[in-house]
Amino acid sequence: MKPKVAFFDFSSCEGCQLQIANLEEEILDLISIVDVVSFREVMKEHSDNYEIAFIEGSIMRPMDVTRLRNIRENAKILVALGACATIGGINKIRNQWPADEVKKEVYGDADIKDNRYFDAFQTKAIDEVVKVDYYIHGCPINRDEFKHVVTSLALGKEPIIPNYPVCVECKKNENICMFEKGEFCLGPITGAGCGAICPTHRSACDGCRGIISKPEVECVMDILKRYDLTYEELKSKSKLYNYSREANK
Amino acid sequence: MSKDINIDVEHVTRVEGHGNIVLNVKKGKIEKLQWQISEAPRFFEAMVRGRKFNELRTITSRICGICSIGHSLASLKATEDALDIQITEQTGILRRLAINAENMQSHILHVGYLVAPDLFGIGSVFPLVGSKNQNALLKIVKLHRLSNEMSDLICGRTTHPIRLVVGGFSITPTEIELSKLKKNLEDGLKTTKEVAEVVKNVSGNFPDFERETEYIGLTSDEEYALYDGDVASTDTGRLSNYKDYRSYMNEFVVPFSTAKHAKHKRDSYMVGALARFNLNSKQLHPIAQDVADMFNLRPICYNPFMNNVAQLVEFVHNIEDSIKCIDRLIEYGINQKKPVNVSPKAGHGVGIVEVPRGILVHDYTYNNKGICTKANCIIPTNQNHANIQNDMEKFVPQIINKPDNEIELNLEMLVRAYDPCISCSTHYIDVKFV
Ligand code: SF4
Ligand code: SF4
Repeated sequence: MKPKVAFFDFSSCEGCQLQIANLEEEILDLISIVDVVSFREVMKEHSDNYEIAFIEGSIMRPMDVTRLRNIRENAKILVALGACATIGGINKIRNQWPADEVKKEVYGDADIKDNRYFDAFQTKAIDEVVKVDYYIHGCPINRDEFKHVVTSLALGKEPIIPNYPVCVECKKNENICMFEKGEFCLGPITGAGCGAICPTHRSACDGCRGIISKPEVECVMDILKRYDLTYEELKSKSKLYNYSREANK
Repeated sequence: MSKDINIDVEHVTRVEGHGNIVLNVKKGKIEKLQWQISEAPRFFEAMVRGRKFNELRTITSRICGICSIGHSLASLKATEDALDIQITEQTGILRRLAINAENMQSHILHVGYLVAPDLFGIGSVFPLVGSKNQNALLKIVKLHRLSNEMSDLICGRTTHPIRLVVGGFSITPTEIELSKLKKNLEDGLKTTKEVAEVVKNVSGNFPDFERETEYIGLTSDEEYALYDGDVASTDTGRLSNYKDYRSYMNEFVVPFSTAKHAKHKRDSYMVGALARFNLNSKQLHPIAQDVADMFNLRPICYNPFMNNVAQLVEFVHNIEDSIKCIDRLIEYGINQKKPVNVSPKAGHGVGIVEVPRGILVHDYTYNNKGICTKANCIIPTNQNHANIQNDMEKFVPQIINKPDNEIELNLEMLVRAYDPCISCSTHYIDVKFV
């Protein structure tokens, strides 16, 4: 029996789900090993009977919490898909300010009080609300990694997600280090798995895959010293994707 | 005939979130009809405050995965406007390729994967696998892949581009890569014509509906405007100063939608492929003109369902235009120059581009350290919401005597024709008759 899978989205740009459409002809391979029963982006049919749920997006409102808890109850395996879901990502930048202040900045004096659509609290990653079984990192996710996770889960195997820094993949690609080019790169503390795609296209890593569990703190401090950079800059840069999870000294 | 129709909003929203259609009819009389957006607000304008000028494109690109290239470009244009940065001609042409690639990707995804199932009377494209129409599906997939390979090459990644930076490109493609792309585009042009034939055969399934409205988009003397141009309206013509964009796009908040609505002279207006077509169809490249003729698409077309056809026409135009761009780049020779140097300064800048779903504005204010202090973004789909609502009000009385499931399908198709951006439109909406 093919496992039944479902896709759900909360606050996100839907770029991660789009990576599934971007698998092009390979989607056909995937639907030969899993049975997609719900995927709002591309199909009208919907069913609550599924084993694996993929969740994209962050949680921002009480009504989202209720919906997410229901999904968790239905699913045997829950996978967080992309930075919004795995770490809160870009959506967490606004947590620096109280939710009411942020609302006022965007909607001005419009009367949105007591309106549950606008009832936003501070952004939460999925695992701040329910238990997450697997994480597919990235903003957006890497298509090959997605295929690897789906195939592994369909076969009942453990997917392999690297826990070493982006620098390892960057070296493999023989790139010149971004620090040498005068840019502040989060490669040394960010989890690999993206093929160091940003530095490979000569743009510094923003840390979208989240901070690895045991960053080499001393090594990072060395880099800061060598390139005459401050810890404050590191913190500010980390706030892009890892607000409230910034690197600790 | 008088009948009752009721839609349970509570239920719909809890299940799906995002957007809903509410229709309550009592004894044949419409009591409530609403196009609601329940998408959680994400507060981008507040989030960019305090961030450095070269980080804005990274953040605002995440407003929308499908038009992340367009958001990046609007963002770069606004920043470059504020900091007085002049880009090179080569950068301009490469950015045009980037915008063409995204328009192609988005349009073929919409017409091929999301609208086509309605025309074939199925719930998704999956049933096409193994059916007599599998070949058509594979052609659509091929065009989707072509579009994505093109943005991979120009931007480094199709969703959330990497190479697009303030002042230019972090890396530029080589002449060999561009020549190869040109070959694939020429081949894609043939495939597109075949796909257009398939769509033509089922296009009779688009409802026959018209409502006069206003169309707003960019326009330019030089070309079919996408990357550059003046804001223009089919009612009032061109706006002389782009920084006055607010005089055309008045945003307002309505209680049943977390997306702001917008209006100009009338109650509502439309943006997107059909708006661009209505404003600029004379500047389409020749094969795109042929495809428009094939569907009898002529300006000014007031049928919102024809937006799907306008997207197909634009897809062809984007391919033809990209081939021209590549020829020019190869003729001049690619210069692997670094982006122009940037020094931060205080300033206010506006960037306006056409993205697949319509005109997009980013508006930033920077302090003398190049830190953003204020931002405003006007998103295409938001500008269309009021027009969708007005279309529904005219459309429902025309179809009210149809069976409930047909009313539902017709309203879904109407919303889908606008290709709303908050999420792709299949199952974007959920109409429930209780
Ligand atoms: S992680 Fe990034 S690409 Fe994925 S949904 Fe969130 S913002 Fe979009
Ligand atoms: S290089 Fe860094 S920012 Fe880029 S995709 Fe990898 S983890 Fe994300």
